[in-house]
Amino acid sequence: MQVFDLEAQGLRALNATLHTLNRQTNETAWEIVNPKGSHAIAVGVDAPVDITVRGSTGYYCAGMNKQATIRVKGSAGPGVAENMMSGTVIIDGDASQYAGATGRGGLLVIKGNASSRCGISMKGIDIVVHGNIGHMSAFMAQSGSLVVLGNAGEALGDSLYEARLFVRGPVKSLGADCIEKEMRPEHLLLLADLLKRGEADHLAKPEEFRRYGSARKLYTFNIDNAAAY
Amino acid sequence: MCGIVGLFLKDPALEPKLGAMLTEMLITMTDRGPDSAGIAIYGHPADGQAKLTVQSPEPGKDFKGLADDLSAMTGAPVTGVIKDTHIVLHLPADRLDEARAAIAALRPSATVMSAGEGIEIYKEVGLPKDVAARFDLGKMSGTHGIGHTRMATESAVTTAGAHPFSTGPDQCLVHNGSLSNHNSVRRVLKRAGMTFRTENDTEVAAAFLTHKMQDGANLGEAMEATLTDLDGFFTFVVGTKDGFGVVRDPIACKPAVMAETGQYVAFGSEYRAMVNLPGIDTARVWEPEPATVYFWER
Repeated sequence: MQVFDLEAQGLRALNATLHTLNRQTNETAWEIVNPKGSHAIAVGVDAPVDITVRGSTGYYCAGMNKQATIRVKGSAGPGVAENMMSGTVIIDGDASQYAGATGRGGLLVIKGNASSRCGISMKGIDIVVHGNIGHMSAFMAQSGSLVVLGNAGEALGDSLYEARLFVRGPVKSLGADCIEKEMRPEHLLLLADLLKRGEADHLAKPEEFRRYGSARKLYTFNIDNAAAY
Repeated sequence: MCGIVGLFLKDPALEPKLGAMLTEMLITMTDRGPDSAGIAIYGHPADGQAKLTVQSPEPGKDFKGLADDLSAMTGAPVTGVIKDTHIVLHLPADRLDEARAAIAALRPSATVMSAGEGIEIYKEVGLPKDVAARFDLGKMSGTHGIGHTRMATESAVTTAGAHPFSTGPDQCLVHNGSLSNHNSVRRVLKRAGMTFRTENDTEVAAAFLTHKMQDGANLGEAMEATLTDLDGFFTFVVGTKDGFGVVRDPIACKPAVMAETGQYVAFGSEYRAMVNLPGIDTARVWEPEPATVYFWER
């Protein structure tokens, strides 16, 4: 276990150290202490390592992550796992706005609540939120899955493309072109897998969720919808 | 961008440390607002006494003999404590308006930053650490306080444009964001008799709350009205003699984190502003909901 004291050693040294790690590294377990809400912790990691952050983080923790498993033993500030490519990011507490924004792949698990714009413009990432999500979540979401065990705020999935949204609790309102869709067997299978990987299979069953997706009326140009663009 | 910090103490044992705690929080928010900084700090009101905080670009000239001149003009005992470009004048509460008018006549280049029984406001252009040092903010005690680090967007970088803004007795407001309808709201408020010193959007928000409270609204009701009448981006933190409130616009893109323990309620634009507060590791920490008014009163 490599222990990195962020307060003593500094952010640039941390990220520079993590960036030297590669697929062959033997230093596969890292612990970051004294994060104290700092920004950009463990951003741009590209190695199959396990990183545990002992405390809460500021903006953009685990951004652009590839391969790594990053666990935050606290809450995360805005833009956690933004543009993640692969790997897993697990937040034990809450996540602030735009968690997992533009994520291309990998899995983001938020064990508390996520606030507004969770999964905005997601394009391949899977996000599992154990609590609630705020307004404008999955705005323009292109692909991947967003699973919410609690409630969703206003305008869920506004201008949605092909991302799949599963919400267990009430949805305050659906955004433009987002509709409820039939839950078919393949969706239940997908959901069962996501709940398992999202450490939530003991908390909820796939049958308890409703599925939302794109009505596909907005994103292919149709002259009759011109006023809505 | 801008940074906001706030502390509302529940435990009197922390009161001597209020200035020190707020100063540390303020300096941590330097990245969010390096061009000016300010703080409003509330102390226990002394019976029948009030305070005027006055700022001057020429403190040597304006503050010399000011307390004595005011005493002579109002016939009431007035004492003054100079802190850099600010002076805090202590006087009987029933002479507050009279003294305020006298200052305008006696020292036209000076500006009243705040008036009331508990409030003192200090604000200047410069890095938060330098502003805090000039006023020795770290040594101040009090019951609650609000601080702001400014990155100007809507109006000039001047002392008058720094936050907090105070537009009514013991009231103040700080803002992260920008309002888009401040000119029209300012016109309405001017017709209703409010006066303005700057072209700043935040001053309009402060005056809006003052006007609502003059009309009989309590702090919570006045803050609720910002959600319907003010357009733009805002996270507001508001102080009154015995209260402290927070409201964010419905889009809520300006960040906000709150923490509460048995000893205090704290506000920070970012969690890192609060990391050194006592008991933060076990505090209830949450993000205030959009379009939701939070306030605490003694």
